[in-house]
Amino acid sequence: MFFRMIRGMLTRQTGKMAMIAFTIALGASLATAMLAVMFDVSDKVNQELKTYGSNITVVPKESSVISDLYEVDGQADITKAYLREDELGKIKTIFWTFNIVDFAPMLDARMTVNGTEAPVVGSWFNHHLDLPTGEQLDAGITSMRSWWEIVDGRWLDEAKSGDDQRVMLGHNLAEKLGVGAGDTISIKGSASSGSYEVAGVFDAGGDEDDQLFAPLDLVQELSDTDGKLSSIEVSALTTPDDETSRQAAKDPSKLTIAQYETWYCTAYASSICYQIQEVITDSVASPVRQVADAEGAILDKTELLMVLITILALLGSALGISNLVTASVMERGQEIGLLKAIGATDRAISGLVLTEIVCVAIVGGIVGFGVGLGFAQIIGQTVFGSSIALKPMVVPLVVVLVIAVTLLGSISAIRTALRLDPVEVLHDR
Amino acid sequence: MSLLEMKNVYKTYGDLNALDDVSINIEAGEWVAIMGPSGSGKSTAMNIIGCMDKPTSGQVLLDGQDISKLSRRELTEIRRDKIGLIFQQFHLISYLTAVENVMVAQYYHSLPDEAEAMEALERVGLADRAKHLPSQLSGGEQQRVCVARALINHPEIILADEPTGNLDEKNERIVLDLFRQLHAEGTTLVVVTHDAEVGATAQRVITLEYGKVTSEDGDISFGKGSSAIK
Repeated sequence: MFFRMIRGMLTRQTGKMAMIAFTIALGASLATAMLAVMFDVSDKVNQELKTYGSNITVVPKESSVISDLYEVDGQADITKAYLREDELGKIKTIFWTFNIVDFAPMLDARMTVNGTEAPVVGSWFNHHLDLPTGEQLDAGITSMRSWWEIVDGRWLDEAKSGDDQRVMLGHNLAEKLGVGAGDTISIKGSASSGSYEVAGVFDAGGDEDDQLFAPLDLVQELSDTDGKLSSIEVSALTTPDDETSRQAAKDPSKLTIAQYETWYCTAYASSICYQIQEVITDSVASPVRQVADAEGAILDKTELLMVLITILALLGSALGISNLVTASVMERGQEIGLLKAIGATDRAISGLVLTEIVCVAIVGGIVGFGVGLGFAQIIGQTVFGSSIALKPMVVPLVVVLVIAVTLLGSISAIRTALRLDPVEVLHDR
Repeated sequence: MSLLEMKNVYKTYGDLNALDDVSINIEAGEWVAIMGPSGSGKSTAMNIIGCMDKPTSGQVLLDGQDISKLSRRELTEIRRDKIGLIFQQFHLISYLTAVENVMVAQYYHSLPDEAEAMEALERVGLADRAKHLPSQLSGGEQQRVCVARALINHPEIILADEPTGNLDEKNERIVLDLFRQLHAEGTTLVVVTHDAEVGATAQRVITLEYGKVTSEDGDISFGKGSSAIK
């Protein structure tokens, strides 16, 4: 009987029910889109933030001490201290491994290029890594220096055959040497020398315009520094610093156990640095403070914005539902009054109105969820240029939110229904 | 003991006394008409007897139970268990068939039983119209569905508010015949009407004016089960 009544109510007011379903669908679709994007946004923003380069630098402990003491940039050519190349993969084994977006080893040396002394940097460009965890990663400066403008030729790519014997030049150095892409230059290092083709000339807009960039292995061979690195640049996604992280950055041992746990398990730049130091022997990892903070802040703000849009969309939806359902209840005042007169209790009336709205909400919610996934993909394509992967978490969250909004929106309608006096509605007063 | 007893009942709305010291007794099996002009307080009396409203003061005893101080929820339970309501406007649910409209009353009372609902419709002569929607029924048929709905839970008292007010003469006769039949079967009937003809069919007429009982005509010696019609 109950369901016959529900079916009757739903089919009798199809227009109004469709409006309610549409309102719920609208809220559900926006919530789905925002949540889907929000949960996937870390990865998307990671991709975006990679373009701003590294935000953590790892140097040998010895270089770091020198640099702290003399306020100079501690480099291998001053201290001759190195990091170990075979430990590079360990960076992706730390607790915050998924926040490590990219990284590139750096080996600095001074060499003679076409008879002129020039700074040479060995690094990865687009280096494929098979990590001990089974994960695969393409790391290197191609993505970490995405602002470099290639003025001649192309980027080096380890995957291309012959590129391990090619180099890239900063445009100042290329002008100084009078060479361009396709030309051959001679490089003489401390251990050996050779002739190498210039793959590309770049404009970095900074000191790097005077440098020569070559594959790491090549620079190691020329300078007899096999398996050694001067520094590692890491691009990591971080949470903005707070009091705990600032205290921890000075000395983690002074934190209480609870503070330490919180700090270690939060993606602060200082906690990621600390964990990198744990896996890279004799290293000091330090955040490039401004970049690290800005990245965390951007992500936090993006997420906050999406949460706000979700809340506003759902509130709007709740208001819409409230108006429509209340209007529907008022329209059926006589019917509800009659049910009360023949013995329907408040609970029975509330159950009837709620079941009806929940039925509509299920339809609206499912439609909204589907449309929301579409919206998410549109946002993904327009804003990030890639599709949004649906995280399983989004489904129960949307279900809970739709239920909450529906219940919230029903409160006023149910109150109206319960306030209806059978005497008044049955006597047309 | 009377089935229904109103003792010195007052109902006031602001300065207006809708019921002014009204005392009425209705015995089980009796057919009583409450009459009076518009504004006489007969609808107010019906609402109080029907447990849809409470008196401002005074006592209302239904089956020995004082219903004047009950909560809204308790009044709902009394309405459900003891009172069958018949309305001038019928108030059938438009999207339910005749038999479903009868079953709604069963649903809120106990359990819907289609066979029993069909029996009730048969009793009012509408078995063949059971699957029709109210919009497919004539006014008289709708009122008979309303009577079947009022009867389905075997109430102690049937309360009819202007039951023939929206009917033509032919249908009025059918409904009144139905009342006669119910009365003959021992059902207690309270009919609120301003129609003298309808009032005249009752066993006893209580007339209200300005919220006061001005006359109580008729012979209440017709006991329960009597088939005599005034």
